[in-house]
Amino acid sequence: MPQVKVYVTLKPTLLDAQGRVVQKALNTLGYSNVEQVRIGKYLELDLSEDGDVSEQIKEMCDKLLANPIIENYRYEVIK
Amino acid sequence: MKFGVVRFPGSNCDQDAYYVLRDVFGKQVDYIWHQERDVKGYDCIVLPGGFSYGDYLRTGAIARFSPVMEAVIAHAQKGKYLIGICNGFQVLCESHLLPGALVRNTGLKFVCRHVYLRVENVSTPWTNSAKEGQVLRIPVAHGEGRYVAEPETLQKLNETGRILFRYCDDKGSISEAGNPNGSIEGIAGIANESFNVLGMMPHPERASEKILQSADGKVIFDSIIKTLLLQ
Repeated sequence: MPQVKVYVTLKPTLLDAQGRVVQKALNTLGYSNVEQVRIGKYLELDLSEDGDVSEQIKEMCDKLLANPIIENYRYEVIK
Repeated sequence: MKFGVVRFPGSNCDQDAYYVLRDVFGKQVDYIWHQERDVKGYDCIVLPGGFSYGDYLRTGAIARFSPVMEAVIAHAQKGKYLIGICNGFQVLCESHLLPGALVRNTGLKFVCRHVYLRVENVSTPWTNSAKEGQVLRIPVAHGEGRYVAEPETLQKLNETGRILFRYCDDKGSISEAGNPNGSIEGIAGIANESFNVLGMMPHPERASEKILQSADGKVIFDSIIKTLLLQ
């Protein structure tokens, strides 16, 4: 049964307002070397069938899991 | 002339839109449940504000695939009128009926207050009753209303007059101070290529009676009613 890990991230050109606040909080805690934080999403999908699911995952990401206008995604299939 | 207001699980401005159309404007209006697959017979459909499907994943992302949306998209593709307010605007962007996307406000806060909008194009079905450059005082209520789009998209929107409303100050000048969410170029509302689809973050249905501090939102309903009458 394959498991798929999907990582969705905001496009680099887009301001990540949340990430900026977290970065400032880390700086306040004394981690002055943190120059940028960007927050994304992590999804785990358990699939019932084996076989090549890459095409299907790509389709799921393009249709629903990510919005290609503002986000990038990558995934790993774990057998 | 018949209006339809879609109700998704989590819609919360559906009653306001329904009330304004029925009681303020005296028009025929129905609720359309999200499981409905037939929207024939409606001249103008409203996608109301709220938090459809809890706004899980992204705002509007799940609503976009609800059963009613297939019919709503077909309605828009036929050139019939469709307006998305707040969460409705987010659904329209997710449906690709409008370009761009709406993301987290720059200031991270949920902003719920009256803002000023400048009408940028009065030759559209949604603004034909407004005066050139008219300033409207209308409330916003959103956490994710920062409009973003690719530079080519923005250029096209500008060139074709599809930016209908921009955030401004009380005098009508576009400034950072008047922009509640960090939207690019102060964009508050845009139309599709054929102008039959409008998406806007501010709530005209919450500003259609003097008792609610402002009746400036009426101009949008007046305009679309005039458009439908002239059809």
